Amino acid sequence: MTTLAMSVSDSLTITRRNLIKVKRVPDLIVFATLSPIMFVLLFRYVFGSAIPVPGGLSYAEFLLPGIFAQTVIFGSTLTGASLAEDLQKGLIDRFRSLPMARSAVLVGRTVADLVLNVLTIAVMMITGLLVGWRIHTSIGEAILGVLLLLTFAYAMSWVMALVGLLVRTPEVVNNASFIVIFPITFIANTFVPIDNFPSVLKTFAEWNPVSAVVQGSRELFGNVVPGAPEPSGWALQNPVLYVFIWVAVFLAVFVPLAVRTYRRTASR
Amino acid sequence: MTDAIVVEGLAKRFGATTALDGVDLTVTEGSVLGLLGPNGAGKTTVVRILTTLLLADAGRAEVVGLDVVRDADAVRASIGLTGQYAAVDEYLTGFENLEMVGRLYHLPKAEARSRAGELLERFDLSGAAGRPAKTYSGGMRRRLDIAASLINRPRVLFLDEPTTGLDPRSRLAMWEFIAELADGGTTILLTTQYLEEADRLADRMVVIDRGRVIARGTGDDLKAQVGGQRLEFTLGRAADLAGVAARLRPLAFEDARTDEQTRRLSLPVRGGTEVLAEALRLLEGSGVEVLDVGLRRPDLDDVFLTLTGHATEDAATDDESPAEPVPAGGPR
Repeated sequence: MTTLAMSVSDSLTITRRNLIKVKRVPDLIVFATLSPIMFVLLFRYVFGSAIPVPGGLSYAEFLLPGIFAQTVIFGSTLTGASLAEDLQKGLIDRFRSLPMARSAVLVGRTVADLVLNVLTIAVMMITGLLVGWRIHTSIGEAILGVLLLLTFAYAMSWVMALVGLLVRTPEVVNNASFIVIFPITFIANTFVPIDNFPSVLKTFAEWNPVSAVVQGSRELFGNVVPGAPEPSGWALQNPVLYVFIWVAVFLAVFVPLAVRTYRRTASR
Repeated sequence: MTDAIVVEGLAKRFGATTALDGVDLTVTEGSVLGLLGPNGAGKTTVVRILTTLLLADAGRAEVVGLDVVRDADAVRASIGLTGQYAAVDEYLTGFENLEMVGRLYHLPKAEARSRAGELLERFDLSGAAGRPAKTYSGGMRRRLDIAASLINRPRVLFLDEPTTGLDPRSRLAMWEFIAELADGGTTILLTTQYLEEADRLADRMVVIDRGRVIARGTGDDLKAQVGGQRLEFTLGRAADLAGVAARLRPLAFEDARTDEQTRRLSLPVRGGTEVLAEALRLLEGSGVEVLDVGLRRPDLDDVFLTLTGHATEDAATDDESPAEPVPAGGPR
């Protein structure tokens, strides 16, 4: 087998293994979707009544792209937690003692989590349709909107993969990453418009890639008011391009770092 | 005969802890080497370096003629590893676990499946083949783990404390499996804390303590060094210990060890039950209250006391070096 064929085949074997777990432990996907559903309902009906959206857009339409982004970003912690669990249980040792591709465990993990994200987004979209969210654009744009969310989530998975390999304890991976993930998903245009943020937070929100993911998917799903003024800042005026720059940088930095850490890591 | 494993001057430090301090050993192709030592002695570190999981700071190691650093991939293709705790995916069934490992050794799908079936049969797991490994007992998991390391018919098998945490029945069954593998010609490096286990399974033994080899040879060589059997007395009164030790001195070839706390006395002797009878005769009419008496074969503790002057517990409490992982939860 060529090196490339071997990497692909090994990664698929590991992806399959990770997806079998999802099948055997359905709670995993139930809870991965239940909490965002709860977020939709809380924000839509509790905060929605008090948060005015400029241009008269319904809060449900404004909110759902934010929830999609939040869900896939929170979901990326699963990549780190699962790798930490494999380390703890000695499975990484077993994999490292096999003549398999050095990248396969990480590729297989992130790809399985990508598949899980596809399922999660589907559930979230159905929930959205039930509470008044709609897609107003072409099917092509809508698909691009989903791809934007998935690509960013995939890049975040690699960041979390490195965290998982370094932190080594699933619970700590979760708690530690939420310290970062909560602020970056909330100091953004995810749940409220950023226009009235204090100036420091507003600047942060304008350049926060999460804002761009949300802005990009709002535009691609058509959840913006036609003719509304452009958002401030280059990043939010070119959200899709800005997100892809972040994705490229994340992948270029974290894929080699995570693979290198995997090669050297060992259960302790 | 060629050597399947050659280790020269292996050294490894973890921060301030010296895990290995110049270990040399060889294992002849087709033989079983027992690597003996207490917790923290460096056994697992040796295994991890030989199985390419860890880089040594100094020294050289070859497995089936391949350098474990330069030819790491080729080494991985020729070995099997069963770590200190069962590394099986608990959500996968027994069959799926073995099939996955077979695929990762790049066996064609059909072959991976037939190998999985064969090994499940051989390790008495056919009945549980379709159940997630989560539902397996500790012994079953350990067997599945060993089965996984045999998928690729490795020339060299590493077993790191294969029976630690198993109940006596599972331990006996595991010994039979290992003996069978050895009879089949697989070279095995086995680490253990039990002299009895090494004695039963290994052709030769290497004893390490604090990262150094302190003895090597066959089981008989080691026992001869330790001095054969021990006569052990537990007395009613600690005050009698010294008197009894003096009275029985002629039977022993070394001074007795006594312990005031447990009121025990241990005497290295040569010979069998006749020595025991003689000892009891010598104590007749002395008025010493004997609670328990017996003839015992030497164990690793005795080997250690003789070779190092310290008991194995010393080394164990030394520190739990990162080389000797303790599983969270442990085998159930």
